[in-house]
Amino acid sequence: MKKKLFVILSLLMLSVLALAACGGSKFECEDEIGCVTYGPDEPIRIASALVISGPNTDLGTDSQYGVEIAIAFQETLLGHKIELQAEDDGCSAEGGQTAGQKIVSDPTIIAIVGTSCSGAGVPMSNVVSEAGYVMVSPSNTAPSLTDPEQAWNPGYLRTAHNDKVQGKAMAEFALNELGVTTAAAIHDGDPYTEGLARVFADEFEALGGTIVEFTAVNKGDTDMRPVLAAVAAAGPPEFLYYPVFTAEGAFITKQAKEVAGLEDTILAAADGMISSAAAEAIGDAGEGMYFSGPDLSYSGGLYEDFLAKYVEDYGAEPISVFHAHAFDGTNMIFDCIEKVAVQDGDTIHIGRQDLRTCLYNITDFEGITGTLTCDQYGDCADPKISVSQLIDGVYEAIWP
Amino acid sequence: MLQRLQNISFLDVALWALGAIIIFVVIWGTVATIIENPYPVHTWVETVVAGIAQGSLYALIAIGYTLVYGVLFMINFAHGEFFMSGVITATIFVAQPMQATGFLDAHPIISMLLIVIVSISVSVGVALLTERVAYRLLRKAPRLVPLITAIGASFFWQYFFRGLYGSKVKPFPQFEVLTGKAAIFGIPILKSHILVIIAAVLMLIGLYIFIMKTKVGKSIRAVAENKDVAALMGINVDKAVSITFAMGSAMAGIAGVLFAVVFRQVHFFMGFIPGIKAFTAAVLGGIGSVPGAALGGFILGMVESIGPGLFLEGLNIPAPHQLKDVIAFTLLVLVLIFRPQGILGERLSEEKA
Repeated sequence: MKKKLFVILSLLMLSVLALAACGGSKFECEDEIGCVTYGPDEPIRIASALVISGPNTDLGTDSQYGVEIAIAFQETLLGHKIELQAEDDGCSAEGGQTAGQKIVSDPTIIAIVGTSCSGAGVPMSNVVSEAGYVMVSPSNTAPSLTDPEQAWNPGYLRTAHNDKVQGKAMAEFALNELGVTTAAAIHDGDPYTEGLARVFADEFEALGGTIVEFTAVNKGDTDMRPVLAAVAAAGPPEFLYYPVFTAEGAFITKQAKEVAGLEDTILAAADGMISSAAAEAIGDAGEGMYFSGPDLSYSGGLYEDFLAKYVEDYGAEPISVFHAHAFDGTNMIFDCIEKVAVQDGDTIHIGRQDLRTCLYNITDFEGITGTLTCDQYGDCADPKISVSQLIDGVYEAIWP
Repeated sequence: MLQRLQNISFLDVALWALGAIIIFVVIWGTVATIIENPYPVHTWVETVVAGIAQGSLYALIAIGYTLVYGVLFMINFAHGEFFMSGVITATIFVAQPMQATGFLDAHPIISMLLIVIVSISVSVGVALLTERVAYRLLRKAPRLVPLITAIGASFFWQYFFRGLYGSKVKPFPQFEVLTGKAAIFGIPILKSHILVIIAAVLMLIGLYIFIMKTKVGKSIRAVAENKDVAALMGINVDKAVSITFAMGSAMAGIAGVLFAVVFRQVHFFMGFIPGIKAFTAAVLGGIGSVPGAALGGFILGMVESIGPGLFLEGLNIPAPHQLKDVIAFTLLVLVLIFRPQGILGERLSEEKA
């Protein structure tokens, strides 16, 4: 024991001597969590954790393009290059956990853009928060993630809207625009789908409508007829809202028209199913169905530059909805790094707690998605929700 | 009698008690549902037919598990991938181009035949390749080794096809003739369901005749009985095993097409869950038994379909359909408690078990 102590002490002495010998390094990290130091030629490293495999690939890839464009536009930050480490959140709790563990095992990463799916965001924000990192999600929308009573963790922020807004918008659209009075909602147990379906159902009832059935399927289910038959038997509802993901959503869409009682029910889904891949998977069966999601009618010079770069680099118009949110989130991180970094010659030091504090205090940040202001639990969005309709395989914005 | 009583362990009693509790809950839930009567008759009919159709698919896939287990005593976890590989290839290279050119609607029967032929060929090709490369060399190895290899093969094929065709969900075209419902005994049933059920029953009967009545079938049964003795009697064991794999995967190839006809979308990961379910069905019916696999498939499909509505609705459990997998696997547990060899399974000898 004594021997060990002696070794440690002598090592400490040695390092103090070495530091004194260098004489240049005066920086002392006073951050509560700790600092990340990048030497003269070292790039600033950020990570992304978005869904880049499986049926929801488009959702995450689109956001990742947003991050990459933000990096390309920024070029250098305080004289340092920026490096992106892209991980996959798998759109599942396990995927979020794994990506989180992998990222926090790398001390040179300063911040994370992710996750795509709320289901992955819940476990990942635990891991990331514990390790002292900070994450900004471009597309997590589940209300629980920024609710301190539920799943919120320090260090978690998002540029996506809270589904409290989206669920309410859809309820208003259904009641006031379509004039329906009965509705049913189906989720798949994922925090995003369950949260959104729950908000929709609550708001729909608060506005005077009737929810005839609130039920769920499993991720990976293919045969939706039993659950749809149960929905039909309970109502049948005039309006069916199922804010789930592509594969399950396409199964519900195709099978709903074949269940007795649901032939005339209006179908509606949410932003998890707004992508070119989803439109292809749904096919003709989804003609005329409605989708709630963030309002993408952006304007301004910044968006035009962004769009030009997107088309130039990836050869297509944006393939899903959260590219601009990812772009804004990444820029927020850059902005704060610039503010809190301590420059020491060509070396920079960034305090992790300083970075968090800066992000939570962001006010009137001008981004593509609007003017962003973060609250103390990390809701930064300037939420604008629109409803679109699938016409000839294209999502046409129709409301508001 | 006393001797038998002494042989009963505490664990047996606990398991029986668990079984009794589950059965009690099921009966209670069923009675409560019937009293509450939440669904009209046509809903029940619709649910039952959907269950039979789903069950037919499980039955066809389960055959592959049971055949391979019968001759090699290994669980071929890559079987779900044989199911996926055929139909995803047929969708991309046959069904989608034919739909684009309008051939599909003009000649639905020829198109269907082409799709089935391509699907079967690819499924069988993938199965034979897997058997030759991954399983044959391990035939004398301890039984855990081919099992783990099979799981590896399953991942390999999943990500092989993902790399080949991408990870998007691909739509399978809808056949004009199979759209809508037809009345059978006055009950409207989806045409695609009718096709699936009839095709599955015919295939199962055909397979049974093949195994029981033909010379090749006899050689497969001989190899299943005892490989060494069969070899001594002049049977080519490798050939018999290959034929078994080919039969099982051909069934899976057809099941893939039927799946696509009913659900109209395919995906590289689509084989995983049906594979697990069909394995459950095979164990339920008694693994190694062909009629058992078929029966297990139908029972599993039915229970999954009507179970949530019948057992859980009356207990006022919210979102009962989310629990259909719980019901399916509880059924498996029950069968394993009261009849470990499966519904139609024979008591296995030491060597096979």
